[in-house]
Amino acid sequence: AFEETPMLVAVLTYVGYGVLTLFGYLRDFMRQWKIEKCQNATEREEQKDFVPLYQDFENFYTRNLYMRIRDSWNRPICSVPGAKVDMMERVSHDYNWTFTYTGRVIKDIINMGSYNYLGFAQNAGTCQEAAAKVLSQYGAGVCSTRQEMGNLDKHEELEKLVARFLGVESAMAYGMGFATNSMNIPALVGKGCLILSDELNHASLVLGARLSGATIRIFKHNNMQSLEKLLKDAIVHGQPRTRRPWKKILILVEGIYSMEGSIVRLPEVIALKKKYKSYLYLDEAHSIGALGPSGRGVVDYFGLNPEDVDIMMGTFTKSFGAAGGYIGGKKELIDYLRTYSHSAVYATSMSPPVVEQIITSVKCIMGEDGTTVGKARVQQLAENTRYFRRRLKEMGFIIYGNEDSPVVPLMLYMPAKIGAFGREMLKRNIGVVVVGFPATPIIESRARFCLSAAHTKEMLDRALKEIDEVGDLLQLKYSRHRLVPILDRPFDETTYEETED
Amino acid sequence: MDIKNMKNYLYWLFCQFELITCSYLMEPWEKVLFYTFNITMLFMVLYTAYIYVPIHISTAFQFCLCFSKLGMYVFIE
Repeated sequence: AFEETPMLVAVLTYVGYGVLTLFGYLRDFMRQWKIEKCQNATEREEQKDFVPLYQDFENFYTRNLYMRIRDSWNRPICSVPGAKVDMMERVSHDYNWTFTYTGRVIKDIINMGSYNYLGFAQNAGTCQEAAAKVLSQYGAGVCSTRQEMGNLDKHEELEKLVARFLGVESAMAYGMGFATNSMNIPALVGKGCLILSDELNHASLVLGARLSGATIRIFKHNNMQSLEKLLKDAIVHGQPRTRRPWKKILILVEGIYSMEGSIVRLPEVIALKKKYKSYLYLDEAHSIGALGPSGRGVVDYFGLNPEDVDIMMGTFTKSFGAAGGYIGGKKELIDYLRTYSHSAVYATSMSPPVVEQIITSVKCIMGEDGTTVGKARVQQLAENTRYFRRRLKEMGFIIYGNEDSPVVPLMLYMPAKIGAFGREMLKRNIGVVVVGFPATPIIESRARFCLSAAHTKEMLDRALKEIDEVGDLLQLKYSRHRLVPILDRPFDETTYEETED
Repeated sequence: MDIKNMKNYLYWLFCQFELITCSYLMEPWEKVLFYTFNITMLFMVLYTAYIYVPIHISTAFQFCLCFSKLGMYVFIE
């Protein structure tokens, strides 16, 4: 459970949105009556009699609210997005409708926004050398789909390695993480099947579920009672009109939800799945490499058997510093997907240097390259996560999510604070990602920090100092729970005796 | 030194007002409109309070007193 929104803050947020809406109507009125120049896309005079091309009211939010704070997004970076990044400075003279570059490059911004969990986004090191060698051997492009001429020996090697890493029988890799979800769920389920999907699932899962044509039912976020009720109703009542039993029931969950930072309750989901004989699709996009004592994801974190999860999906974009996605499972399932997946038939296969980057980074995490770098990185990430979350909670911010997840959302709530937070942090040389509507509910806008094993303690301390300052300046410390600072010693028999004093 | 702290505190309070009502995001002419509207409404409320609150208080005082023996002797012309 997350900490509730304070009532006063919710009311003031609505007040802020109300004022912005009123001014939005005023500006739209002025644009309509040509008092002000209209700077977004409109049709030409000759096209006015045709069917409208641009919907006027639906873009109300974009025109009037998003444009005012647009300079916090799409910032151009010009170096590798590691722990520190360089950014090109831009200014806007017409209130964010157009930007011009000043020519200056802001150097060494602490990067709290990249999904660089294990720090593999580097331009030097073993991964980069291996990728450069493969680039000179194979070239950059594959020029074919997986089923035609695009199946390289590197892809076979990668798939065997990924299957060994996850502890499953077989795996298959695809060129794009989003496409892995949206193209493979239609291959697995169809009409007459039931999909039970979490409330806060990612757009790729939602798109894949909708494309498949199956019936979709939503259960409340991480709420096992809601899921069990839906399962019971599905089995008892069957399909809506014909009352026939469902052909398949597929439960779609994610390992770490990227907007909340919460970890799925995997033991309970697996118990429910076994009880009601349904199938589980686990999307480990953010949790692979980032959770678990050996970095093998949320299954490792809970200490469960990977064979219990029917379809383990993940992406290589986040912890491995490459691009693409994979699906792992039983051999029959993956052989079926090799033939029937849309992505294998139509999409270009992965580029060889990217494949080599993944192979090198997976070997590094497993420890097979002979060093302990991988294990050190996994442990550093866990330490960074615990430290950062504890310090933020002590300062008094409202933080969502599980204690162990490296995704840390800090609640902002008010629309003006979204823009102010992004700008103030950039002034202090820290790059953060702020999120508002429509990615989050309208009043729950947040700033999302993604921790990395590449962040040293000094960088985190500096970031925390700046966040503290900005939190005081913008008054973001809404939390009403007073935390006792935890002792920095490991748990032993005397821990409880001391706190009772 | 206290004046400086006071000024900083008042400026910080003004920034909070700007952030909450989203006037931080507005263009200057929108801010002028918004502040004019707010100040006018505030002035009207304060003026109404100045004129009517003493009359309301004394009427209420009269009404409450007439329930006790002492109140029969209270007359306001």
